[in-house]
Amino acid sequence: MTATREPILTVRGLEKHFPIKGGGLLKRVVGAVRAVDGLDLDLYPGEVLGLVGESGCGKSTTGRAILNLQPATGGSVKFEGRELVGLDRRSMRPLRRDIQIVFQDPYASLNPRLPVFDIVAEPLIIHGLTKDEAELRERVRTLVETVGLNPEHTNRYPAEFSGGQRQRIGIARALALEPKVLVLDEPVSALDVSIQAGVINLLEDLKERLGLSYLFIAHDLSVVRHISDRVAVMYLGKIIEVAPRDELFDRPTHPYTQALLSAIPLPDPRRERTRQRIIITGDVPSPANPPSGCRFRTRCQKFAGELSETQREKCLTVEPPLESRGPAHQSACHYAEATKVL
Amino acid sequence: MSETLQKGRTSARDTDTSAPLLSVEDLNVRFPTEDGLVHAVRGVDYTLRSGEVLGIVGESGSGKSVTSLAVMGLLPASARVSGSVKYRGQELLGQSDRAMSRVRGKGVSMIFQDPMTSLDPVYRVGYQIEETLRVHDSKLSSKAAQARAVDLLTMVGIPNAAERVRSYPHEFSGGMRQRVVIAIAMANQPDVIIADEPTTALDVTVQAQILEVLQTALSETGAAMVLITHDLGVVAGIADRVLVMYAGRPVEIGGVEDIYYEPRMPYTLGLLGSLPRLDSSTKQRLTPIKGSPPSVVNMPPGCPFAPRCPLHVAECDVTEPELVEVGGGHTAACIRIDEVRKAHGEAAAVFTETADDRLLGSEQPADRAAAAGTEDAGAPGDPVGERTDPTPQAGTGSLLDPTPSTDGDRR
Repeated sequence: MTATREPILTVRGLEKHFPIKGGGLLKRVVGAVRAVDGLDLDLYPGEVLGLVGESGCGKSTTGRAILNLQPATGGSVKFEGRELVGLDRRSMRPLRRDIQIVFQDPYASLNPRLPVFDIVAEPLIIHGLTKDEAELRERVRTLVETVGLNPEHTNRYPAEFSGGQRQRIGIARALALEPKVLVLDEPVSALDVSIQAGVINLLEDLKERLGLSYLFIAHDLSVVRHISDRVAVMYLGKIIEVAPRDELFDRPTHPYTQALLSAIPLPDPRRERTRQRIIITGDVPSPANPPSGCRFRTRCQKFAGELSETQREKCLTVEPPLESRGPAHQSACHYAEATKVL
Repeated sequence: MSETLQKGRTSARDTDTSAPLLSVEDLNVRFPTEDGLVHAVRGVDYTLRSGEVLGIVGESGSGKSVTSLAVMGLLPASARVSGSVKYRGQELLGQSDRAMSRVRGKGVSMIFQDPMTSLDPVYRVGYQIEETLRVHDSKLSSKAAQARAVDLLTMVGIPNAAERVRSYPHEFSGGMRQRVVIAIAMANQPDVIIADEPTTALDVTVQAQILEVLQTALSETGAAMVLITHDLGVVAGIADRVLVMYAGRPVEIGGVEDIYYEPRMPYTLGLLGSLPRLDSSTKQRLTPIKGSPPSVVNMPPGCPFAPRCPLHVAECDVTEPELVEVGGGHTAACIRIDEVRKAHGEAAAVFTETADDRLLGSEQPADRAAAAGTEDAGAPGDPVGERTDPTPQAGTGSLLDPTPSTDGDRR
């Protein structure tokens, strides 16, 4: 939708490898967990980019590496043209005003010993954005109202709030510095569905009102379809397909995207009982030792069922690059083919 | 197989084959705590017929897991359980642990949520399956038990089962462990399998595999199943009937299509409306349910859903509604069934689409909530209207509009 505009955030070849240390006295590095292994992303202004994948695919690590919370081991992250990879904490600090994060677990991400006022005011104080106490109070009040909470409750502690309300406090804290980009790392997955819906509606409203861009990280594809403009699917540290929302859900081309969409149960008995299901075998391989060639081939239904021996050779040896499958639609499969699975 | 099955069932003389497989009547579970008696399950009734899959859905804290633990007699000794749980006419409540052990695994078996903790880490998986077999059949030779363990592992789709029986649980992935747990649950050909959130800890692609294995287990053993989950998609796929729980009680029971397409209880309708849909490209607003589930300590009289219900009237606060029949085998606990019927499963007809937690009724004391309500409606310049109906001003909107002073220093 915003293809003609310049991206606000550009990620190229992002790598985050965690060393595996040996058990001996010297704790020598004997290998690496390639949590994120050469990842490219573009986030456009005012856009919601959904980043989905199963647990262990590196989606949260990607979010943290973009924010330099876990420094990347390679590649580049550019925010409005400025390189973030390699910046130390000090030089990163001014940029924190523009990129903020909301964490998954609202029970662990708020300091239980601080009242809500202090939690939301902290970023404003650290960045010295308010002149006096009165202004600080006013700004915190506005922030708390913005996320739909009662500003009279800011003297309460996180423990006095429900999960959904805590997540709103986390969002208010992230908004305090008026960021341009918000990385939302599974913001609703710890909440019950009836409460999750309120937070999703809030995130949609905030995006419209404040012109934010979201990198929305989640494993729940239904939520991602609901909120995203574009969706990127990750598998073992890499993007394997990226497309505008409806294009991805209606015409997925990568076998993994197809299997993932087909695996999700629909809350609709008639449709759920009549649909064809692609069931892929096995579990995600270890990111310490990814398969050669195409990373998905060990579980791929196409590799196992449709391809000939000669065709398979390419999957075994050549890692498929992201290739164009239509306007703004790319996928990384040698034998990509659009199929309707929903 | 059926021969050993009959022999092994030592309690067979107490059972009555014409009775429903499992019937739960007025089940109540109370836990004494420092805050008072927590009434976690408040009168659950259901019957399970043979070959049937009953889905029990509800949010966390609704009492769905406690109900199944009570059925299995696995609650801590401090729990006060009353009511009746009958397996083939035989009362299970109040049975000694020894007597229950004869039913567990053989008559009624259970699959737990977390495959990481439901297997014993210090025993090989094969041994754990053999143990289940031999506990119910003392005459089974160890060789036969081993062979059966391999069969069972093959049935649940573990490759190289003959070698994998010698593995320890930590050598398996989460999905593989859950397969082992299912193999143990089906080992003695039980009549009823209770599966408590069997796929919640798993990724979707693995969940799809496990759901297939569960279907296999049901067809292999001919067992009926109680499937407890919060995932309305999973229930839609395999349940025949659905029981919706709220605050420790069933609030709606019915055939799966009735529940999904013609719900009669506002809570069920609200749950369905809060779900984002994978199969819909229209960007429909979600309809959250305001507030959060009530605490089950000192429940006020009246309908427990009343404080969150958009159809709430004064009468709702008087007595807790009983389940009433609304159509063939479909019951709902609500006095405003006719209003819910008119929605025909469209939550937006009843629920609002707001994102504001105050309109969604945060946990304010009742008097303050009422005051806030009038404020929101009347006071001029109140931003609530703006919030619920966002004006798109992308790129220019500032969060801090009311205090413009320090915004100037931003680029």
